[in-house]
Amino acid sequence: MKKEPVVIKELSAAKRENNFSEVVLGYDEADAVEEAKRCIQCKDPKCSQGCPVGIDIKKFLFQVSQNDYQGALTTIRENNNFPSVCGRVCPAEYQCRKACVFTKKDSPFASDQAININFIERFVGDWGMRNAVVSSQQSVVSSKNNDKKVAVVGSGPAGLCTAGELARAGIKVKLFESLHKLGGVLRYGIPTFRLPRDIMDFEIEQLKKLGVEMVPNFVVGKAASVQDLFDEGYGSVFLGLGAGVPTFMGIKGESLCNIYSANEFLTRVNLLGADKFPQNHTPVNIGKNIIIIGGGNTAMDSARVAIRLQRMNGIAPNTTVCYRRTELEMPARRLEIHHAKEEGIIFKFLAQPEELLGDENGYVKTLRCLQCELGEPDQNGRRRPVIMPGSEFDLPCDQLVIAAGLGANQVLTSVTPELKLDKWGDVIVDKETMETSMKKVFAGGDIVGGEGTVIEAMRMGKFAAKAIVEQLSVK
Amino acid sequence: MKVIKNEYIADTQNIRLGKIVISAPEIARKAQPGQFVVVMVKEEGERIPLTVVDASDGKITLIYQEAGFSTRLLGTVKTGADLYAVAGPLGHATEMKNYGKVVVVGGGVGIAEIYPVAKKLKLSGNTVEVIVGARNKDLLFLTEELKPCVDVLHICTDDGTAGRKGFTTDILKELLDKGDVNLVYAVGPLPMMQRAGDVTKPYNVKTLVSLNTLMLDATGMCGVCRVTIDGKVKFACVDGPEFDAHLVDWSELGKRNRMYIDKEKHICNIMKATVSA
Ligand SMILES: Cc1cc2nc3c(=O)[nH]c(=O)nc-3n(C[C@H](O)[C@H](O)[C@H](O)COP(=O)(O)OP(=O)(O)OC[C@H]3O[C@@H](n4cnc5c(N)ncnc54)[C@H](O)[C@@H]3O)c2cc1C
Ligand SMILES: Cc1cc2nc3c(=O)[nH]c(=O)nc-3n(C[C@H](O)[C@H](O)[C@H](O)COP(=O)(O)OP(=O)(O)OC[C@H]3O[C@@H](n4cnc5c(N)ncnc54)[C@H](O)[C@@H]3O)c2cc1C
Ligand code: SF4
Ligand code: SF4
Ligand code: FES
Repeated sequence: MKKEPVVIKELSAAKRENNFSEVVLGYDEADAVEEAKRCIQCKDPKCSQGCPVGIDIKKFLFQVSQNDYQGALTTIRENNNFPSVCGRVCPAEYQCRKACVFTKKDSPFASDQAININFIERFVGDWGMRNAVVSSQQSVVSSKNNDKKVAVVGSGPAGLCTAGELARAGIKVKLFESLHKLGGVLRYGIPTFRLPRDIMDFEIEQLKKLGVEMVPNFVVGKAASVQDLFDEGYGSVFLGLGAGVPTFMGIKGESLCNIYSANEFLTRVNLLGADKFPQNHTPVNIGKNIIIIGGGNTAMDSARVAIRLQRMNGIAPNTTVCYRRTELEMPARRLEIHHAKEEGIIFKFLAQPEELLGDENGYVKTLRCLQCELGEPDQNGRRRPVIMPGSEFDLPCDQLVIAAGLGANQVLTSVTPELKLDKWGDVIVDKETMETSMKKVFAGGDIVGGEGTVIEAMRMGKFAAKAIVEQLSVK
Repeated sequence: MKVIKNEYIADTQNIRLGKIVISAPEIARKAQPGQFVVVMVKEEGERIPLTVVDASDGKITLIYQEAGFSTRLLGTVKTGADLYAVAGPLGHATEMKNYGKVVVVGGGVGIAEIYPVAKKLKLSGNTVEVIVGARNKDLLFLTEELKPCVDVLHICTDDGTAGRKGFTTDILKELLDKGDVNLVYAVGPLPMMQRAGDVTKPYNVKTLVSLNTLMLDATGMCGVCRVTIDGKVKFACVDGPEFDAHLVDWSELGKRNRMYIDKEKHICNIMKATVSA
């Protein structure tokens, strides 16, 4: 009984042009059940080993195949608090799906035949949201621990997950966020066409119901130090600070006008609504020849936002992604690459930016590149780009978005010398408990180990929450 | 956050200055001279950086010049209303120690920004001479407050309607000629700060300026505030806003600050009704 995978429903490329509506419409009930039935319920399921939080995938797929969505939700939520989010943004083709038996051996990412675990997970999460069903382990607040207070810093997936876990253990949680809206990258980075904001709002509402107190516009390290938090009676502090600092390339001309970091470009649009300028007051410039540097999710998101802005403003779509390796080595999710192509993004592979040239008013005009070829694999097995001598070429470019990586957020760590950091500025933690070198201070997410994934951030948050509850209970 | 008071302190044909007092106990407790906050008037608003002029009794005071749309919108906020967001204090505080003799220069709305710094420099044991300058007498403010806090206060206006006729940098040069100046601290429009640096350079006197770059998050996450200092890229919001005037790439900064000029004009035009209402 080897059936073909159930194809997901999507907005056609034509219908995406003038809006930020969600592109992947996902599975309806019948689709989800049919796809779940393709799972052969392996005796020794490898899929769960591919999931960073070890969801019992086999079990929840079986439950879905039996129309037991409530049961499936409970199974998923055992390990993952935000199935509607992860079902949308998890790089499943590198994780659970890659580990599924249907993926061909030695494939760099999941085969098409692998069960679409993420889409079924999304269906289950959305089902719960739609029916306002929150499984029991989600909504019950323990009666223990309510004399204890914990401060959570940062409202990205790491902070949100930790806050939820602690609140369910009965602990009073205050969540501090420096921006005016909660969610971290899920709010300011990932565009709404990948993650509609009502999903974030729902999850945040759930946390409020659990008693988590949210404090936006509060920069810990500035408005209060970590020590101040302890002095105010918090028993532990969790740091989910993220990797929010954009990396520039260090080439000539990088501070010319209309050169954006991806964070700036995405924040203007996703957090501040610059696509609706002037109703929203934050502007964003929109070029005629937009180039995005990079090959990750951030680059794909920037490119897809850029081409939408062009179309919505009557500018002929012309957005190019410039990457120094080839499509195969791109770290972005395969689906994003596919969607970007559908939407008309041009890809320029094996091009290494060398210099940016501007006009007399200081606006970028030209991107000068060097041609590369692929050399030996690096330590991650990805083939390294090697510059071909004398291969310089120019691309017209009146707007550049740099998505060349992100570094540790240092606003808090730079004023907290007690925190031991590694050479990248990431916080060093105990791998089991996530406790830092500072007693009773825990950390997780991208501030530990650098740019990662949403699910990995949540995993660390969960580990930290467990250790925090244990530590607080001892006394 | 609750607006305790919002009023114009100067209202001339070309320039309007407002002073707003906001209840913000957490910020007030921590803010040090040289630091700023980010303000959003409304949920759909811009995040604009403004220097903390005074912080006491759970309140902060900001002084703003109506430069474009968002500052004008701030001007319309009524006493008792709530601002959508105020975050801070941000940026590094001015390093306070006994430098010896310090000349503090404030031009235009920059007078607001130098006020807390001059005051605290004096309390830190320095001899503090302050030069304030504006286009005309109606645009001068805080002079009465400054006078008792510093050793000497020099006043000048472009048109001579108050104090000396001339520019702050003219007086600065005279003071440098007299000698013994250990530090110059200057805040004002970009051309004035650049000029201050040019004036002090031959005297080899360290000169700090507070750079008014474009900003967005103001917590180091976007890089729009990047400036080139001695050939290196720095983020004004987290590495500054104060930098050594002699090391700033002024030409780049001047151009970057004009990046949204067309958009800002556009929003001012079409939103005129909203703002004047
Ligand atoms: C554009 C983009 C697209 C991505 N796409 C995907 C994807 O498709 N799938 C995927 O799995 N991952 C993706 N990622 C990566 C993923 O978003 C991150 O790994 C994840 O968000 C990390 O979570 P976090 O909680 O550690 O930090 P963040 O989400 O970065 O949140 C940290 C929060 O802490 C706040 N903060 C920092 N310092 C302070 C302080 N001192 N006081 C108060 N608040 C503070 C910040 O303002 C921020 O809101 C993407 C990342 C980006 C940038
Ligand atoms: C750290 C910091 C502290 C600041 N403190 C103060 C303060 O205490 N009081 C105050 O009035 N302003 C201060 N500013 C400047 C203030 O943030 C801007 O004036 C404001 O953001 C302008 O917003 P807007 O929408 O009203 O004007 P916009 O429409 O953004 O700007 C209108 C026009 O003014 C120009 N412009 C914008 N900012 C400046 C500037 N700083 N200098 C010269 N021209 C500019 C723009 O290019 C544009 O042409 C500070 C800026 C920084 C970075
Ligand atoms: S959380 Fe991510 S990796 Fe785990 S099962 Fe769901 S989609 Fe797969
Ligand atoms: S490996 Fe694939 S087929 Fe096997 S149980 Fe997991 S999802 Fe089902
Ligand atoms: S304002 Fe965004 S990094 Fe400084």
